Amino acid sequence: MASTLAEKVWQDHVVRRGENGEPDLLYIDLQLLHEVTSPQAFDGLRQEGRQPRRVDQQLATEDHNTPTIDIDKPIADLTSRTQIDTLRRNAEEFGVRIHSLGDKDQGIVHVVGPQLGLTMPGITVVCGDSHTSTHGAFGALAFGIGTSEVEHVLATQTLSLKPFKTMAITVDGTLKPGVTAKDVILAVIAKIGTGGGAGYVLEYRGEAIRSLSMEGRMTVCNMSIEAGARAGMIAPDETTFEYVKGRPHAPKGADWDEAVAYWRTLRSDDDAVFDAEVHIDADELEPFVTWGTNPGQGLPLSASVPAPEDFTDDTSRTAAENALAYMDLVPGTPLKDIKVDTVFMGSCTNGRIEDLRAFAETVKGREKHPDVRVMVVPGSARVRVQAEQEGLHEVFLAFGAEWRQAGCSMCLGMNPDQLKPGERAASTSNRNFEGRQGKGGRTHLVSPVVAAATAIRGTLSSPSDLQPTA
Amino acid sequence: MEAFTTHTGIGVPLRRSNVDTDQIIPAVYLKRVTKTGFDDGLFNAWRANDPDFVLNREPYSRGSVLVAGSDFGTGSSREHAVWALRDYGFKAVLSSRFADIFRGNAGKQGLVAAQLTQDDIEQLWKILEENPGTEVTVDLVERQVHAGDTGAVFPFEIDDYTRWRIMEGLDDIGLTLRHEEDITAFEATRPSWMPKTLPARIAEDA
Ligand code: SF4
Repeated sequence: MASTLAEKVWQDHVVRRGENGEPDLLYIDLQLLHEVTSPQAFDGLRQEGRQPRRVDQQLATEDHNTPTIDIDKPIADLTSRTQIDTLRRNAEEFGVRIHSLGDKDQGIVHVVGPQLGLTMPGITVVCGDSHTSTHGAFGALAFGIGTSEVEHVLATQTLSLKPFKTMAITVDGTLKPGVTAKDVILAVIAKIGTGGGAGYVLEYRGEAIRSLSMEGRMTVCNMSIEAGARAGMIAPDETTFEYVKGRPHAPKGADWDEAVAYWRTLRSDDDAVFDAEVHIDADELEPFVTWGTNPGQGLPLSASVPAPEDFTDDTSRTAAENALAYMDLVPGTPLKDIKVDTVFMGSCTNGRIEDLRAFAETVKGREKHPDVRVMVVPGSARVRVQAEQEGLHEVFLAFGAEWRQAGCSMCLGMNPDQLKPGERAASTSNRNFEGRQGKGGRTHLVSPVVAAATAIRGTLSSPSDLQPTA
Repeated sequence: MEAFTTHTGIGVPLRRSNVDTDQIIPAVYLKRVTKTGFDDGLFNAWRANDPDFVLNREPYSRGSVLVAGSDFGTGSSREHAVWALRDYGFKAVLSSRFADIFRGNAGKQGLVAAQLTQDDIEQLWKILEENPGTEVTVDLVERQVHAGDTGAVFPFEIDDYTRWRIMEGLDDIGLTLRHEEDITAFEATRPSWMPKTLPARIAEDA
């Protein structure tokens, strides 16, 4: 029978098929752990006298709470410090590999897994973190889980689950210059809505997706959860193999050939049937920004702030009213006239080397707008090292940006990197919820190049708005 | 999770209805990193401010069977409420009605949430107040509560699946581990090149 990519990966991981409406028992190849959602899971093991079943299929890093300056000093916030100390103790006690603050492989879980070559096509990946969907860019089935499920995976290396539905999102055509993966996914979410993907695995396909780099594909899959989806996936191809090859944990020699032969079978059959289908024309896409307080409230940058009356259904109208009030925006204002106080360049959505390169290329030889604070936070310590080897940090510093240590940072402001009440940010992260980046803070989600142009002009801008440099 | 068939311990009359999870354990205790050690948070506001609160009195403070008013465990879904009751030493809570989420969470942790009629709850309260320290037996096999040597027996309800799981001592993990052979058999079929985090391999610096 013809199958979709998601169905193939699922089939290949069924340990035991559920009967009479019971869930399937699904094997989990890789679990990623971080300090916020793992403590109670480890404690549960301890309480029951259990050991992790496969300690060699777990990887822990510190990211959500870690400071991005003065990382050699003790962490000031007590709760943060306790969570990090707890993760370290748990990792030691149970023998889990951990990359701690200061370690070369420390960083955001979703940046570290792929960079080590642990994220591979066709595997199942889970983490107590909703943006686990990122790893689907490799053709893996990857999704976020709760703390009791983290414990379940630690103890059994499986999860009891009912199969997800599948949705094909086809992006045909070619992206215009200056239009990026971030704009694609913001447009997808604006189109299907923040609940549009609920219960589905989204499979991104089509020419425009194929032409994206792995970094771009990760940006797209990362935000699948913002459409409410369980996971996002992209069938692996030469771009994928090229990225994985030679990484520390990638298969080698004959194993590599065997792996690639299998990976090539991981694509939706031509006659596979999806539960839902969506089409988007890449040629029509422009740089996208959000104006509201959920990732579905986005528009092309050339548009104006919408009025609540523009929305026909009551729920959207009320949501728009609330969002405009929180964001302090007046309907009809061109989006490009909106002044920002802070530009945040980083997160598991856009904190990879290619993102930093794109940002650097736009700001090179320029100075930031004097009223704007600019933070550049690499997604991992290794991204930071690589950026420095390429001299990108000099570009950032000359531009007037802060060059920080790796972590989640202002994506969620669990560490001191927060917006102040009323402060407005253009952010390359994935959530513009009320207070997400700091109590009372206002967030506009943007791509790295829009973040760069905004940092130069002081208002939401795309690179095409910039005057050529002399 | 420990298997539970019957339990005998001091009964604690909690003459209050609509005890929500915020009252069972206040939000400030949710910042913790453990799943145990929540006993100090249990009914914290009442224990700290009301010397007459039942758990501030001997011998009730050593109780392990809570006899509560109706609609126990409403409000926020925090699993911590169950953890706090369990950590304090409670093995069973009796009430004429439980909030759904609380009942689900209790089942996951092996805390028996037994539903009695309100009349029977009132009778139990009377017995426990007139004879402090009365031991109550919760018999999950027979689905009955016995009040000490008074001879009084009260039937209770609990759903079959939860009862079976608690009697077998099976939490979700325990249930999955019943299929451990299947997991082992599956693992034997996995190619050797599947990701392994250990031993750690670190990239050479470019
Ligand atoms: S960068 Fe943001 S979205 Fe990504 S894992 Fe960290 S907090 Fe979550």
